[in-house]
Amino acid sequence: MADIRNDFVGIKSPNPFWLASAPPTDKAYNVIRAFKAGWGGVVWKTLGEEGPPVVNVNGPRYGAIWGADRRLLGLNNIELITDRDLQTNLREMKQVKMEWPDRALVASIMVPCEENAWKAILPLVEETGADGIELNFGCPHGMSERGMGAAVGQVPEYIEMVVRWCKQYTRMPVITKLTPNITDIRKPARAAKAGGTDAVSLINTINSITGVNLDSFSPEPMIDGKGTHGGYCGPAVKPIAMNMVAEIARDPETRGLPISGIGGITTWRDAAEFMALGAGNVQVCTAAMTYGFKIVQEMISGLESWMDEKGHRSLGDIVGRATPNVTDWQYLNLNYVAKAHIDQDACIQCGRCHIACEDTSHQAITSMVDGVRHFEVMEDECVGCNLCVNVCPVDGCITMEPLAAGVMDQRTGKPVSPVYANWTTHPNNPMAKPKMPEPAE
Amino acid sequence: MGTCMATAHFKEGIAGERLSPAEYADNFSDLHPPLDHHEALVESDRCYFCYDAPCMNACPTSIDIPLFIRQISTGNPLGSAKTIFDQNILGGMCARVCPTETLCEEVCVREIAEGKPVQIGRLQRYATDIAMEENKQFYPRAASTGRTVAVVGAGPAGLAAAHRLARHGHDVTVLDARAKAGGLNEYGIAAYKSVDDFAQAEVDYVTAIGGIDIQNGKALGVDYQLADLVRDYDAVFLGMGLGGVNALRAEGEGADGVANAVDFIAELRQASDLGSLPVGRRVVVIGGGMTAIDAAVQSKLLGAEEVTICYRRGQEHMNASEFEQDLAAANGVTIRHWLQPKRVIADGGKVSGIELEYTALTGETLAGTGETITLIADQVFKAIGQSFVPGALNGSGAAIELDGGRIKVDAEGRTSMAKVWAGGDCVVDGREDLTVSAVAAGRDAAESIHRALTSNGRA
Repeated sequence: MADIRNDFVGIKSPNPFWLASAPPTDKAYNVIRAFKAGWGGVVWKTLGEEGPPVVNVNGPRYGAIWGADRRLLGLNNIELITDRDLQTNLREMKQVKMEWPDRALVASIMVPCEENAWKAILPLVEETGADGIELNFGCPHGMSERGMGAAVGQVPEYIEMVVRWCKQYTRMPVITKLTPNITDIRKPARAAKAGGTDAVSLINTINSITGVNLDSFSPEPMIDGKGTHGGYCGPAVKPIAMNMVAEIARDPETRGLPISGIGGITTWRDAAEFMALGAGNVQVCTAAMTYGFKIVQEMISGLESWMDEKGHRSLGDIVGRATPNVTDWQYLNLNYVAKAHIDQDACIQCGRCHIACEDTSHQAITSMVDGVRHFEVMEDECVGCNLCVNVCPVDGCITMEPLAAGVMDQRTGKPVSPVYANWTTHPNNPMAKPKMPEPAE
Repeated sequence: MGTCMATAHFKEGIAGERLSPAEYADNFSDLHPPLDHHEALVESDRCYFCYDAPCMNACPTSIDIPLFIRQISTGNPLGSAKTIFDQNILGGMCARVCPTETLCEEVCVREIAEGKPVQIGRLQRYATDIAMEENKQFYPRAASTGRTVAVVGAGPAGLAAAHRLARHGHDVTVLDARAKAGGLNEYGIAAYKSVDDFAQAEVDYVTAIGGIDIQNGKALGVDYQLADLVRDYDAVFLGMGLGGVNALRAEGEGADGVANAVDFIAELRQASDLGSLPVGRRVVVIGGGMTAIDAAVQSKLLGAEEVTICYRRGQEHMNASEFEQDLAAANGVTIRHWLQPKRVIADGGKVSGIELEYTALTGETLAGTGETITLIADQVFKAIGQSFVPGALNGSGAAIELDGGRIKVDAEGRTSMAKVWAGGDCVVDGREDLTVSAVAAGRDAAESIHRALTSNGRA
C-alpha cells in the first residue's frame, strides 16, 4: 500500500491534501468538519492585525462560470480576509491544533507592510501551536487596494523584505503565497527565496470578471449595480497554475524550493499532476466549496490506487517527476511525427472532428466515404495537431499515434527520422546554432 | 369509490362512466409532460452539435435540430422556435406527435453512444410552447401578390401550405369538410398527445399571419366541385387526407359494436366529458399501426377491462413503432400477432366475440392456416388502414391521375391537372403518412405554387 503521508518543510500531515486559506477554513466549526472528513491539513483563513476586523460586502461574494449541465468550472470571489476578531481565531486555532495534533494547521497572515505589524502578530500565532505560517501576498481584491495582499506580491522587493522579517521573528516555517497577477512568476518566487522563505505556495486567485448582467449592465457578482474584479479559481485556472508551478520548479534559481500547489485541484488526478510538476503537496478550495469536504476521500483513495498500480511507494517517488520533461518550445523534437487515429468501433458519428478539421485546421478528416457517413483521418493531410482528439466527445475514440522511425510520413513523403532535432539547429531558423545543444532538463 | 366504482368498471357491454372523473383526468393527461426550464437546459446540454447532424437528416421537414437545441442552451428559446418554424410551422404539434423514436431520436449519436438520445421532441416542444404562448409571430407577410389559392383540407398539409402561401403574399382560402380545422391533429390523434385543445391553438397561431380564410363544413364534391376551384382561384392545393376506412372483409362485420377506430378516436377527441363516451368491457382492435395503438390504449384508459390488438403479421411487421407498442403494453393492452379476422360473432345483433384465423407467411405470401381462435368481445375496432376516396375528385370534371388509389404527384407536388397541387396522406409521393411528412409536402407544394404564380403570372 502506498504511503501518502506528507512532510512539507517539516510540517507533517497524514496526506498531502490541505484546505487552502479561504472560507472553508474560517473557523473551528468548518475545520473540525474537514478533519473529520479526512483532510490532511488546513491553512486557516487569513488573519489580519489586531483591532476592528475587516468587513465584507453584504451582497453576493461569488461569481461563476459553468460548463455543460451547469457544472461549476470557475468561481470568483470578492471576499476579504477573515472578518472575525483575531483573538477568536487564535483561540480556535489553538483548540483545534490541540485536538487534532496529527493534522497540519498553518496560519495565513496578512498585515500591513510594516516590520512592527509582522513582529507583533507572529508571536501570537506561534503561541497557538500552529505548524507554520503562510504569507498572503496574493489576494487580488480589496486588501490590495490597502497596500496588502497582491499589492505586496506584485513587488518582488516587498516580498523579500517581508519574508526576511518573518524569518527573523518566528521559528515557524514560512510559506510565501504568490499571486498569479504578474507577468513572470519566477521573479516573486526568486524574491521569496532570497528573503529566506521555506516554501512558496501558488497560485492565489486571478483577477477576473465572471459575467456581465445584460439587463443592468453591471459586472457579476453585482453589488447594488456595481461590480469589481474578484479572484478567480476552480478547475478553469488549473492549467495556468500548473504552468506557474512548473516554471518555478525548473527555474535554475529556485529549483528545489518546496512548492505547495494550488489552483483548481478537484480530483486525485489533479493533485498527482501538480505534484509531478514539483509541488510537495496541494491545497484545495473550490472543489470543497462545490461538493463539500467528502471529496477528500476520493482524492486519498485515487492517489493511493494510482501509486499502488504504478509502484510508487511514497510521495517522494512522484514529486517533481514531470519537471525535467517541461522544456522550452525550441527544444521540442521536430522529427517526432504523430497522426490522429479514429477508433471506428468507438466512433459515434457526431462529425465534430471532421468539421473542426475542415473549417479550422487541415482538412484531414473525411465526412463521407463511398457515400456513407464515415470519419477517418487522411494521413497525407494530418499534421498531428490533436484538435480532433480534443473536440471528440468520446474518451479514447481518437488517439495520437506516433510514427516509428523509418516509417513514411505520407504528408511529407519522407521517412520519419530517428534523430532528435530541434529548432535551434533547424535550417529555417536564422538564429540556428552550428552545433546541437543539449536539451533542457 | 370502493364497490360502486368496481361495479361500474366491469359493466358488461359498451358503457360509459367506467371510471371516476379523477381517473379520466389522470389517464388522459399529457403523455410527455413539458420540460421545465431547468430540464430543458440540462437536456439541451446533452446535444453534441453534430456536423451534418443525423437527426436533421432524419427529420422529414429538415429542421436544423442542433441549432435550435443550441439556442435553447444559450437562453434564446424564441430564436430556437424560429429555427423550428422556418422549416415546420406546425413544429408544436410535431413535437407532440412525431414518432421521434423512428426519426430524429433514432439516429441521435447519443442513442448510438448510450442508448439514450437527446430528447429532441420534448426540446422542440419547450421552444415552440414559449413562442406560441407569447403568440410571437416570426413571419411578416410579403406584399400582396393579388393571387388567390384554394386549399382543400385544413389538416397538417393544408395548414402548412396555407401559411407558406400567405407568407409569400398570396390570399388563401382553406375549405374543410369538418366542423373544426386541424384535420387529423384535431380528430385523429390520441388525446393524451395533444392536451389542452392544442390543435386549435396551433390553427390560431398559424392563421395569425393573416391572409388565410378557413371555411369549415365545406366538403369537396358535395358543397363545391374541383372545377369551381380551378375556375375561381389561381391555384389549388389538395390536402384532404384519407376519407375511407378499409373493411375487415370478415363475416358479420355489420354487427352492432363494430366501429372504425378513426371514428372512435375522433369522437374521443371531441368529447367534453370522457365519462359520456361508452367503451366495451372487452375490446378487440384489428390492425397493427398507430391508429390501432391509439384506439387500443384509449379504450384501456377509458376503463375497458381487456383490450387486445390482433395483427395478421408478426411484431416486426407492425407499422406502430416500438415505442408505441411498449406504450400499449405498459397500459395493459395485449398485442397478438399472426391472427386475421374471420367472423364477427353477434348475439342479438350485438357483438359478442370475434373468430380469428391464425396466419403464416410462406415466402412473401400470407395465408390462413385454418386454425381458429375465438375471443370474447363486446366491441371491435377496425384499424386496418384508411383509403383515399376519389369520388369527390372524379365527379368534378376532369379526372386526376391516381396511383395505387391515391393522387399521383410529381416531386414538387403537382398533380396531372393544371393549376392543381396535392400533398399529405391523399397522395402517393414516397413520404410516410405522418403529420410531419404532410407538413413538408404542404410547405414544398406551396413553394412550387409560389414559383408558378410569380414566374408565369398565372399558374
